[in-house]
Amino acid sequence: MTVSVTETKFSDLTRMPDARGHYGPYGGRFVSETLSFALEELEQIYLSLRDDPDFQAEFDRDLAYYVGRPSPLYHAKRWSDSLGGAQIWLKREDLNHTGAHKVNNTIGQALLAKKTGKPRVIAETGAGQHGVATATVAARLGLECDVYMGAADVQRQKLNVYRMRLLGARVIPVESGTRTLKDAMNEALRDWVTNVDNTFYIIGTVAGPHPYPQLVRDFNAVVGREARRQSLEQIGRLPDALVACVGGGSNALGLFYPFVEDDAVAMYGVEAGGDGVETGRHAAPLTSNAPRGVLHGNRTYLMSDEAGQVSDTHSISAGLDYPGVGPEHALWKDVGRVNYVAANDKEVLEAFRELTHMEGIMPALESAHALAHAKVLAPTMRPDQHIVVNLSGRGDKDIMTVAKIDGIEF
Amino acid sequence: MNRIDQRFSELKQQGRKALIPYITAGDPAPQYTVGFMHALVEAGADVIELGVPFSDPMADGPVIQKACERALKQGTRLVDLLEMVAEFRQADTTTPVVLMGYLNPIERIGYEVFADQAAKVGVDGVLVVDMPPEEADEFGPLLKARGLAAIFLVAPTTSHARAATICAHGEGYLYYVSLKGVTGAATLNAEDVAEHLAPLRDMTDLPLCVGFGIRDGVTAAEVAKVADGVIVGSALVNRIADSVDAPETIAGQLKSVLAEMRTAMDA
Repeated sequence: MTVSVTETKFSDLTRMPDARGHYGPYGGRFVSETLSFALEELEQIYLSLRDDPDFQAEFDRDLAYYVGRPSPLYHAKRWSDSLGGAQIWLKREDLNHTGAHKVNNTIGQALLAKKTGKPRVIAETGAGQHGVATATVAARLGLECDVYMGAADVQRQKLNVYRMRLLGARVIPVESGTRTLKDAMNEALRDWVTNVDNTFYIIGTVAGPHPYPQLVRDFNAVVGREARRQSLEQIGRLPDALVACVGGGSNALGLFYPFVEDDAVAMYGVEAGGDGVETGRHAAPLTSNAPRGVLHGNRTYLMSDEAGQVSDTHSISAGLDYPGVGPEHALWKDVGRVNYVAANDKEVLEAFRELTHMEGIMPALESAHALAHAKVLAPTMRPDQHIVVNLSGRGDKDIMTVAKIDGIEF
Repeated sequence: MNRIDQRFSELKQQGRKALIPYITAGDPAPQYTVGFMHALVEAGADVIELGVPFSDPMADGPVIQKACERALKQGTRLVDLLEMVAEFRQADTTTPVVLMGYLNPIERIGYEVFADQAAKVGVDGVLVVDMPPEEADEFGPLLKARGLAAIFLVAPTTSHARAATICAHGEGYLYYVSLKGVTGAATLNAEDVAEHLAPLRDMTDLPLCVGFGIRDGVTAAEVAKVADGVIVGSALVNRIADSVDAPETIAGQLKSVLAEMRTAMDA
């Protein structure tokens, strides 16, 4: 907590984390001693492989032929025209194999798991997208796979639960605490501490103890690298703004990171506003300026009460329903590189319906948070300006949730 | 001299091993905790580890998770724990008290404010489960400056190099986690523990205390043969869980569980 963030320049941001996994005052490795060895081992393996051309080539090959990358950058012209402002471009992560950006990271971590020789992988999941992406790579590599999922999320994401089971994974409902993503992560950590000898923990977001925030960012940065190149090709220049939703923040970091030194590119991270940040029923630690705290191995903005107990969160979207946020986002907020805002459930549903009607693209409710902010932002900009929105996942998994809101029973 | 160092030096002279019970403060309700602490001392406790309840106890099994839930439901906060220690100290000025828990409640109060208050009420040591020495470079010195011991964990997975670092930073005693897993998970293997403690003896003069997997007098006595202290948590907390509807019976039960261990260890 002694590092001054005001001294951090934007150009310094590409050199984070430091050798101990800190992002200014955030991040770190706050874990019980039993896990320290596994994290040191993972860090060593990752550092030795990240610049290894063979490893990169294997990763790139998997992304091309298994995931189907590059994902298109699509001009949502009709929707842009209706909003009457900037041109909105969608980075189509929804078209990836398994339907979201999450697979970029699970492909990368599965390659690391293979190097460790551990026969079993575990994961936590909220909406189920990371669980599905983990079950998928586990099936492909013949690894045993257990996925922890909050019991409340098992209820609201039944389709993904069955998908994981079809893929051969065991889905373990977590009944403790608030029965959502944070509790799934607690339980995954308890599993890992017990089975650390034979188990690789595939964390799904840019949180957790070092080196996870770094490697999850690096594996997702393919999104931003492609978007940057595609912008130059299709728009003829860099976009004026980037917009992505932020729960833990992996799709946002993936898009933002390759643009971080492009000072002219504004960035908006959109958190889950739930019933509205002013109601207290939300999952927006950055926008609500939550206190700093330590959970799941890192220091960050963390929604907690005055006694330091972690708060309940509320969001229509299981994937964003988390009280903390990746430590790199915490730093980027403090230095002012990214504007963090929130979209509430009602705005998110409107954006979900609007994109579906006007572009024939059904977004995940998580991604619809980014769309909801693009809807606010675009009309404030000129038609010759450009916004790239990370359409981080597709909405098939959310059809039941939306149907329920519409009062429809199947 | 810190009460912890004092206590271990007395035990060494007597040729006895430390018995260290853990209970979660505020379980089943805050008004019982100080009474439980005195009962534990009467039954032979040498040091008391007082658990700070936390909403997300990642290193704990279901027994202590539920204890945290019960304590939090009763509104137990870290500031309440400090008051409990102050009350305990009115009647007991010699038994060392170690606060054990997770970092976030301490972060929220602030390291310096917490260290000041803990020292003032008579806390002797602090063990933060999710704060390894690498992350303690700010908090550790604040504790030390006030005569509070920063106690760290060593695990079966800890490398030789890490163990040396932990020994260099640790004070009071080293808490050796006997098995991979969460609290209350399984029964330890005393031979395995002995094997892991041997290299630590060469690195440090700190007392080596063993926790996780100690259920009864038999395991306590086995561990006492190879360690300087025996830490027991879930076996006690289980008794509290079983009697939440009859809290007046709990102190007696805690005493009998602990007395059985004391007898077995001293035999």
